[in-house]
Amino acid sequence: MIELQSLTKIYDGVTVVDDVSLTINSGEIATIVGTSGSGKTTLLRMINRLVQPSSGRILIDGEETSSIPAYELRRRIGYAIQGHGLFPHRSVGRNIGTVPRLLGWKQARIAARVDELLDLFGLEPGEFRDRMPHELSGGQQQRVGVARALAAGPNILLMDEPFGALDPIIRAKAQDDLLAIQRRIGTTIVLVTHDMNEAISLGHNIAVMDQGRLLQFAPPADIIARPGTPFVEALIGSEDRPFRMLALQRVRDLIEKGPASGPAIDAWANARAAYAELLWSGREAAPVQEGGAPVGRITRAALQSQAEKPV
Amino acid sequence: MSMAILIRLAMLALLAVFLVQPEVFAPFFALFTTRGAPPIYVQSDLLSLALNHMAIVVTAVLGATVIAVGLAVLVTRPNWSEFLPLSRALANIGQTFPPIAVLALAVPAMGFGNGPTLVALFLYGLLPIFENTMTGLSNLPPTVQEAARGMGMSDRQRLWQVELPLAMPVILGGVRLSTVIAISTATIGSTVAARTLGEVIIAGLLSNNIAFILQGGLVVGAIAVLVHDGFVALERRMSRRAGQG
Repeated sequence: MIELQSLTKIYDGVTVVDDVSLTINSGEIATIVGTSGSGKTTLLRMINRLVQPSSGRILIDGEETSSIPAYELRRRIGYAIQGHGLFPHRSVGRNIGTVPRLLGWKQARIAARVDELLDLFGLEPGEFRDRMPHELSGGQQQRVGVARALAAGPNILLMDEPFGALDPIIRAKAQDDLLAIQRRIGTTIVLVTHDMNEAISLGHNIAVMDQGRLLQFAPPADIIARPGTPFVEALIGSEDRPFRMLALQRVRDLIEKGPASGPAIDAWANARAAYAELLWSGREAAPVQEGGAPVGRITRAALQSQAEKPV
Repeated sequence: MSMAILIRLAMLALLAVFLVQPEVFAPFFALFTTRGAPPIYVQSDLLSLALNHMAIVVTAVLGATVIAVGLAVLVTRPNWSEFLPLSRALANIGQTFPPIAVLALAVPAMGFGNGPTLVALFLYGLLPIFENTMTGLSNLPPTVQEAARGMGMSDRQRLWQVELPLAMPVILGGVRLSTVIAISTATIGSTVAARTLGEVIIAGLLSNNIAFILQGGLVVGAIAVLVHDGFVALERRMSRRAGQG
């Protein structure tokens, strides 16, 4: 659990982060969203003390971080940044092994961990271990960057616009992969982004920041249904609201019995994709399958009811 | 094997043969002598002159590298940046003070021999290494440094594991410049009795023997070119490995 208590950062008389308090539960993903200059990156960097708070406290699992030497704290917290920041003069394997080596792990243990992480991120160890970062594609570099951040098995992973340098298609894939990996290893993630879509699709909770202040910290459905300020509402965009609500749900939660014709929709697809498919193909209902087996149908009416403002 | 490498190998072979068996080249250098003067310098063993010449150069450049890189590292640390103007001035003075004047000033203090030449080459070599190290250390990719800090590297670990390795090709460029300059400048050390290849050239000047001047100059030039190319190859390899080439 990460507790930020009244965090403030003042640079030369300018308040960059203004009295922010929030609590992130263990195993959850919190996204911090805001425009540039909103203080979101500064807030993130105060968690691993790359930025020293002007006032306020940070507690990790109840322990105040200012009582731990900065370099030691950082070795316990994963950190992945935009443009990956891989060491260009070190092989992929050496990059991933950075923090374990700083922690003084044995060679054999580091090597095993590197291979394990390469596997986890879908990079064949034999093929990628000895490559240099510049020999990888953008998506691969990004994965190695996250793998490096996770190398020593931190409980917390901080990510600063980790997908910012990726093109949209790879980006969506990278987000899905991150969710899958997070579900598997249960790391608490704090992710900074300027993209509301990304914040909504990744975060269990979303912190919206503007001009150094925390405007709202709430689950995606709440943020969409009950934006706390006009700024939050503007960030969500009124014309996108129903579709954002839909995007939060899986088809499998809306299945009903009954017949339907045409191509089937996967039960794990999100409701927004299913609605789009029904609109496009002009159908009122479509069959749903899970693992290739038919499990029922999804109707336009059911989807529409989910897109309404919750009461 | 490429043509460029073949040419350098041939050059190296010629140089080696000349240093060990200079008489082989007597017919060639005889073309430049008059009135039956000796075509080959035999008063000293050329190989030992060349080795001593290089020993002075290597010692001076090593010293200059340690001091110049050390100064540049120091003034690029946050708490020491105010010493940058002073360090830069020191390196500049070393470069602008003519080596021959350094020799003249050093001889009364150190006596004749290798010493004054070492000092002159050391001072002359500081600036290129200092400036290149400054450039290398101040142009590191910011995301890489940010990542290094975020990983929990201490300042010292960042310096040794990230900053210096990444700046290494540029630093080597400075060492290369200083080395090549030192190889040619070392010849003037022979005016104050340092045992360098300058001895051959000076003997030629004194006895008006163009063959001596020519062979001294050619040997020094060949060594300088080969050392230069060796450095360039090393720099390229490092840059390419880091994807900067």
